[in-house]
Amino acid sequence: MNLRAIKSIYAFEMARTRRTILQSVIAPVLSTSLYFVVFGSAIGSRIQEVEGVSYGAFLVPGLIMLSLLTQSISNASFGIYFPKFTGTIYELMSAPVSMIEAVCGYVGAAATKSVMLGLIILLTAFFFVDLRIEHPFLMLLFLILTAITFSLFGFIIGIWADNFEKLQLIPLLVVTPLVFLGGSFYSVSMLSPTWQTITLFNPVLYLVSGFRWSFYEIADVSIWVSLAMITVFMSICLLVLAWIFKTGYRLRS
Amino acid sequence: MPEPIVSIRDLNKTYKGGYQALKNINLDIYPGEIIALLGPNGAGKTTLISTICGINQPTSGTVTVGGYDTVRDYRETRSLIGLVPQELTTDSFETPWVTVSFSRGLFNKPKDPAYIESVLKDVALWEKKDNKIITLSGGMKRRLLIAKALSHEPRILFLDEPTAGVDVELRRDMWRLVHRLRENGVTVILTTHYIEEAEEMADRVAVIANGEITLVDEKQALMQKLGKKQLILDLSQPLEALPESLPDFDLKLSEDNLQLIYTFESQGERTGITRLMEALRDEGIQFNDLRTAQSSLEEIFVQLVEEA
Repeated sequence: MNLRAIKSIYAFEMARTRRTILQSVIAPVLSTSLYFVVFGSAIGSRIQEVEGVSYGAFLVPGLIMLSLLTQSISNASFGIYFPKFTGTIYELMSAPVSMIEAVCGYVGAAATKSVMLGLIILLTAFFFVDLRIEHPFLMLLFLILTAITFSLFGFIIGIWADNFEKLQLIPLLVVTPLVFLGGSFYSVSMLSPTWQTITLFNPVLYLVSGFRWSFYEIADVSIWVSLAMITVFMSICLLVLAWIFKTGYRLRS
Repeated sequence: MPEPIVSIRDLNKTYKGGYQALKNINLDIYPGEIIALLGPNGAGKTTLISTICGINQPTSGTVTVGGYDTVRDYRETRSLIGLVPQELTTDSFETPWVTVSFSRGLFNKPKDPAYIESVLKDVALWEKKDNKIITLSGGMKRRLLIAKALSHEPRILFLDEPTAGVDVELRRDMWRLVHRLRENGVTVILTTHYIEEAEEMADRVAVIANGEITLVDEKQALMQKLGKKQLILDLSQPLEALPESLPDFDLKLSEDNLQLIYTFESQGERTGITRLMEALRDEGIQFNDLRTAQSSLEEIFVQLVEEA
């Protein structure tokens, strides 16, 4: 195992975050704060409570999940796409580094950044609403598992993309709509039965629901189903990556 | 003959579109030598290097480096190799110090600030170690890529068109650096289409054209074997035309009619010079001076590529 390579890639990627602190941390925190203001104040004045939780507090897990998912994908996809774009990928490809080690470095850094961001947004939320976290360890587990899973997904997108447009395509056209329609800002029980059934096909619902349960013990689906689903997503990403490593898809000609 | 440090056997590379970039390549490279892969654009030089370094996967055939197979034992082989790519691919917003240290880590070497310092000094970038790479000149970026390739103390260094687009002074600096590396026991494989570079640096030359190695030889032997010599005679009086009595000689008259140029095979046992002198004396042609010139590697290369 080339641990030094993992450490080098990880440190290199984390240094990039420090360099781009505005884009990496401050921008998502600002946009999340705007969500609090708009949804919490404007809509929250009409929806007092959801299942016994104030609407502002109800929003927090969904907002964290929104940032976590989009930032995990963005960080990991950019991390591997940028060396491809600039050509510096030659070094990684000619170094004694297995693809598993490369993934550990890139995905580890992307997930770390996302978890840090999630925690910063959580801290920010304390300034806006009264929060309680019933199961802090489970909350952290969800945070970490989701960050890793979607960083793996982002890594796959970064390998697949051969231009900047493709890099943004799935996060913008698939992930963001799924997050907005996956119960981030409302409880599924507020929907009509038909839409409730349709929403059950949205994978993000399971992440948001499980994460929210760790805060308030309220959920649209069982916590165990949520945990099982995140395991399934992670396994699918790992299988796709295993195929990429085996075939050298978009990496080695 | 020592064991080759790089051994290529029946190597073929066909890209997905069906284009065959390498055709049945066989080549041994020996420790401590400088070998130049010479060929026109698109000949397969970069594909060959990329396949040895692990960036491309071979379609068939084997490559061993230091006795290890480049596919099966990739960690061992890649640890031995440093690669300087043709394109100036750098992390624009990093500093030389960070990027060279990063390279060392990738190759599983422990941190060694003293060594990184010596490498940066070797390539004359020590003063710029904390500057952002984007602010460096093209020549500095080229040297930085060499420093990155040397960061893990490789035994073999691949230089893909190392002096493409750099000025003469920098080119000579780079040649000196390569010679120093060789003195330290590093094997150097360089691709170039600058014949002057191969002539200056290489011990051996491999000519590659259309994905095939058409010839491998010692540089000197190659020049002797294929090189032609010219005997140039400065005439005392201008000559209107070549005398009809000299049809057996490969003779040319210069445009100003003041030089007679005789081309002959340098490796031939009989050069024909004595006979030519006698014939000129019989014709009463007098000359003030004479000298010989040998064809350059460039002329030999053009000849080889045309033949291929």
